[in-house]
Amino acid sequence: MGAYCKIDHVDKVFSRGAAETCVLKDITFEVEKGEYISIIGHSGCGKSTLLNIVAGLTPATQGGVLLEGREVNEPGPDRAVVFQNHSLLPWLTVYDNVRLAVDKVFSKSKSRAERDAWTLHNLDLVQMTHAKDKRPAEISGGMKQRVGIARALAMEPKILLLDEPFGALDALTRAHLQDSVMALHQKLGNTVMMITHDVDEAVLLSDRIVMMTNGPAAQIGEILTVPLARPRKRMELVADAAYLKARQRVLEFLYERHQYVEAA
Amino acid sequence: MNMPVAKAEVLVSAAPAPTKPAKVLPIRLKRAPLKTRLVTFASTVATRMLPPAIVIALSLVAWELLCGKTGATLPPPSRVINDAWDLIVDPFFDNGGLDKGLFWHLSASLQRVALGYALAAIAGVALGTLVGQSVWAMRGLDPIFQVLRTVPPLAWLPLSLAAFRDGQPSAIFVIFITSIWPIIINTAVGIRNIPQDYRNVAAVLRLNPLEFFVKIMVPSAAPYIFTGLRIGIGLSWLAIVAAEMLIGGVGIGFFIWDAWNSSHISEIIVALIYVGLVGFVLDRIVAGVASIVTRGTAAN
Repeated sequence: MGAYCKIDHVDKVFSRGAAETCVLKDITFEVEKGEYISIIGHSGCGKSTLLNIVAGLTPATQGGVLLEGREVNEPGPDRAVVFQNHSLLPWLTVYDNVRLAVDKVFSKSKSRAERDAWTLHNLDLVQMTHAKDKRPAEISGGMKQRVGIARALAMEPKILLLDEPFGALDALTRAHLQDSVMALHQKLGNTVMMITHDVDEAVLLSDRIVMMTNGPAAQIGEILTVPLARPRKRMELVADAAYLKARQRVLEFLYERHQYVEAA
Repeated sequence: MNMPVAKAEVLVSAAPAPTKPAKVLPIRLKRAPLKTRLVTFASTVATRMLPPAIVIALSLVAWELLCGKTGATLPPPSRVINDAWDLIVDPFFDNGGLDKGLFWHLSASLQRVALGYALAAIAGVALGTLVGQSVWAMRGLDPIFQVLRTVPPLAWLPLSLAAFRDGQPSAIFVIFITSIWPIIINTAVGIRNIPQDYRNVAAVLRLNPLEFFVKIMVPSAAPYIFTGLRIGIGLSWLAIVAAEMLIGGVGIGFFIWDAWNSSHISEIIVALIYVGLVGFVLDRIVAGVASIVTRGTAAN
């Protein structure tokens, strides 16, 4: 039997006319159920493309993705995505944004009242119940991302895909939201795949870190297991030897062995 | 005004008694006295109304001076009021035939516009969605649209008279064909500009085409659609007057033409003012609906 989620020999080639650019080359790794896995690499290495392939938004050129033994070939709510720029619909309130997903995913299995309760429950998980009647334009960037997470969680995905979810936030908000995501992962036991370019974030949150080489034709350079017990506390880890070692490994990989090449 | 303050003092002195919880007194915001509020209101009205009033008054004076001389071809405002007084004071009279008040002429024109414009709005949004969504539809239809939209409204009239063999449907068709182009083109642009993010959200949620249309496309493209609808209503009001001059019957266009044939220049001037005002109101109505509908869409 295979793994919970398997990314199997994925290649991605973008072609425009006769010009072909190989973005991803032979990407293979497995994700265990309940695992938090991060994909880190310099910008332009194709990590977002990889996430889109897992989400089903972009087809792989070669190879494929298996989720619970079934091939992924189109997007679906079992692989909910939290987009980098939140992607909330501006004409709907916070509640309605989440409700739209709930209504669609549980249209048959839950009654109207249950869907309402489930929507509120998920807003409560990310502490956004207080703003449920506001529109996205009326809340802060961190709050929007919380709602985006609530919308994704409400779909009860088999795997939660986070596409640089904290990238557009300021440092303080980001730390706060990272703690929230960590607490949610602890509580709900979701399987999570996160794209990031922040070394501390990757080490703090992940069970394993997939490090990607530079593009074009990016490959997996190394997969690092982070041997830190959960729950993790940001302040206690600052001086933790295992944390520092993991952090150093990632930094070495990114800045010594695979330095970022400016606009290659 | 003094009462709440006095009460609060009493309660403060009674505060040490532990059994009695302190009562929360609402602080009354002092309202400005009636006189100052009236002055503010009047000054707002004055700053808004005064400039146009002055400009109108000056134009009337200039018009009176220019056309008041003997040998002037157009009547001065004083004579317009004199000649067309019946028309101005009673828009509702109906002496049978074409001898009706301006209200009846305008209402006949508005009915034609309403029908033609409503058809154009439905067909325009549908075609615009098709062109915006499908590359093939755009390649096939867009060149045709670009050519047809430059055809002047009245050029369609003989053709539609030949096809329908009646004035009423022909006029409605002219309204339709005039106002549909900006609606199609703006809707298509709006659909094409739906952010990829929203399409991704729809894909992840597996919205079906109908749900995608209602929940993502229409709200997302609404600002563009309403721009098209607003241009469309303006154009259809432009076209109706011209079309009615040719088809005859009850309607503001033919009323103007009829007045010209009977040399009632003052009546023409009164009718023109009405046409302008109605056009302005139509534009405001569509703009008002747009601002209500697109409230959440504009800001992200």
